[in-house]
Amino acid sequence: MTLRTAAFLAITVLANTGGEISMTHAMKSIGEVKNFEPAALFAVLRRALRSRWMWLAIGLLAVGFFSLLTLLSWADVSLVIPATALSYVVGGLGAKFLLGERLSPARWAGIVLVALGVALVCTG
Amino acid sequence: MSSAVALRAKTYILIALIVLSASAGNILLSMGMKQLGAVRVASAMGLVKLFMEIFSNGWIWMGIGAMLLYLGCFMVVLSWADYSYVAPASATVYAVVPLVGHFLLGEKVAPLHWAGVLIICVGVGLVRHTAPSTTRQE
Repeated sequence: MTLRTAAFLAITVLANTGGEISMTHAMKSIGEVKNFEPAALFAVLRRALRSRWMWLAIGLLAVGFFSLLTLLSWADVSLVIPATALSYVVGGLGAKFLLGERLSPARWAGIVLVALGVALVCTG
Repeated sequence: MSSAVALRAKTYILIALIVLSASAGNILLSMGMKQLGAVRVASAMGLVKLFMEIFSNGWIWMGIGAMLLYLGCFMVVLSWADYSYVAPASATVYAVVPLVGHFLLGEKVAPLHWAGVLIICVGVGLVRHTAPSTTRQE
């Protein structure tokens, strides 16, 4: 793996998990959705779109998407796509240290297995 | 129904919707793109033509609809559940897509991929038994 491939892979993984983590933060600050009627859900969407964290999330997810496309223009798909399964582990770390979630050993074990399984499914 | 049971029930329902809509989205988009055939873009005009073909394809629009449903469900479930619960649990999609490919679309699934499907199921099973929310204030 070249340095350039590693750098774009890191950007892809960090931007995607960072985007989902800031989306989580935005949704947690809006508060638990309890009313599932269309009008209430629409109000939640409006509040989400007024959150700076949601726009940061959209920006980071866009960076992750374009970084992946760029990466795929030269790197081997059978290497790159399985490697993005690392996102589950990075996401676990982000959830623990940025969102304050408490990850039990069972959850960590599940996360590692899911990452491994997704990597296998995505091999060429 | 106690609050913890209700929380788990609505988390399961939303994750099931996430898995269904993301799997359907992936499959529909892939069907649409395969209908267009291998993409070869040689000029700016070619790119415009490609976009027109993509956005006049019914499967692609249904795929986009399914992906928007997925995003909405993802946002809603994250309003109460842990990200570290939802993200791995949603990875069930990666197990469903090969299964649908094999049983409905007649695609051949390699042994290594079947091993991956199995490992994902065990991993999701482990995550599923943990508390869906560890940050929620009662």
